[in-house]
Amino acid sequence: MSPSDQGIRFEKITKAFDGRCVLDEVSFEVPHRTACCIMGRSGTGKSVTLKLLMGLLKPDEGKIYVNDLEIETLDSAGLVKVRKTMGFLFQYSALFDSLSVADNVAFPLRRHTRMRETEIAASVREKLAAVGLEAEFDKMPLDLSGGMRKRVGLARALALNPSILLVDEPSSGLDPITTREIDALLIGLKSSNKTTVVVVTHNVRSARRIGDKLIILHGGHIIAQGTAGELDDSKDEVVRQFMSSAE
Amino acid sequence: MADSNQAPGGLSTTFFSEAGLMSAFAMRAVRVAFQPPFELREVVHQVYMVGWRSLPLVMTSGLAIGVVLSMHTRATMERFGAEALIPAALAIAMISETGPLMTGLLVSGRVGAGIGAELGGMRVTEQIDALESLAVDSFHYLAVTRIIACMIALPILTTVMNFSGLIGGFLAETVISNVSLRLYLHQAFAGIGFLDYVLPTVKTVVFGFIIGMVSSYLGYTTVGGSEGIGRASTRSVVFSSMLLIVINVLLVRIIFLLFPSGAL
Repeated sequence: MSPSDQGIRFEKITKAFDGRCVLDEVSFEVPHRTACCIMGRSGTGKSVTLKLLMGLLKPDEGKIYVNDLEIETLDSAGLVKVRKTMGFLFQYSALFDSLSVADNVAFPLRRHTRMRETEIAASVREKLAAVGLEAEFDKMPLDLSGGMRKRVGLARALALNPSILLVDEPSSGLDPITTREIDALLIGLKSSNKTTVVVVTHNVRSARRIGDKLIILHGGHIIAQGTAGELDDSKDEVVRQFMSSAE
Repeated sequence: MADSNQAPGGLSTTFFSEAGLMSAFAMRAVRVAFQPPFELREVVHQVYMVGWRSLPLVMTSGLAIGVVLSMHTRATMERFGAEALIPAALAIAMISETGPLMTGLLVSGRVGAGIGAELGGMRVTEQIDALESLAVDSFHYLAVTRIIACMIALPILTTVMNFSGLIGGFLAETVISNVSLRLYLHQAFAGIGFLDYVLPTVKTVVFGFIIGMVSSYLGYTTVGGSEGIGRASTRSVVFSSMLLIVINVLLVRIIFLLFPSGAL
């Protein structure tokens, strides 16, 4: 694989909090226009991995490349440029409380595009329709359920049509039908050949559906990575427990 | 933040460390304020939130303070048969010190707590991270705009407080002496020059900076969930009020040194 094929590259990343090592020399790659699902027990650094990718956290050691740009070496203008090409769905949605659903989704469009308000409104409706929430246009985030907030967060993350989408626990708080719809949306993004998707999830069924590549984190290390079939054949007990949990 | 259970040495170390971090935050705010994008729309929105929404509190307080000051002044002036000087004494008291300081303390309570809690809530619920992920400089968008808004709103609110105080004083006076508004205002402003008004009012720009900076710093750096938000809110009020009172002494001294004739 040539360097230009690597949408995302983690090179020996170490990250500790208050002396506790969460990631210990973790390395992996996610090629362009593929989907990678990161799994692992709670507290194994999955969300930290996404925040490192977005440049919201800095690694103690190692290098992170996004579209062949080393995140650590970028100045704030460079980081802004890279972030405009990325979307991030936070674990608890992180919607702006003071803005309506529509304004949340419109926020990045108003900041980073020269679209007219009518165009922005149309784009917002399109994104909300994609997550099944076109009727909630004018509601405030506090009026929505956790699952609905999650979907608005996804619509906001997709607002600028990012080439890299980072998704933290997309199915938590969602019913099985909506989970399948969100999975289909993520698969569609990947299949459209435009978006690299990295998903952190506990839902092995979803991971099997979405991921071209699955990674399992345990004890600060990657204990397995590969296709779902390859992980099914793993001899590692933790990996086997994980992969069989959906059966 | 200082932990009350720490040893005295640790407490002082934490204090100096915190003061250093706050100073670095303030210097960063000054530097970033002159860099684009200038976030004018957000500044205007924050001026509305800080200034317009504080108006009822400031006007009501000004009226009450004016009434009380007038009653106290009359009680003193009557002893010397100098009732005619009551409006001037009240105006000097309001414009030189009571108005600016009271406005600073009121805004510190209302706005400081609000900014501390709002930014603290945004930090805890990852909304600040979300702003960053949407390629927005959260420091500039949230902290700098609020600091600038406080610096713009404070002098305006102080002017409102001063006039409310004078009107309160007039109401108290007219009940007792039946003085007309025209005569009252003439007597009130007779001994006050341009600098007498401008210097104390400009001083409140610094108050605005302190309130905005301290509360933004404590909110922006909040840790520890809802307890952390409450702590940020309370400390925003306590620290900004304390700092405001201390800095006021310094500013008054500087004004007396630089403008001896204009310092009332």
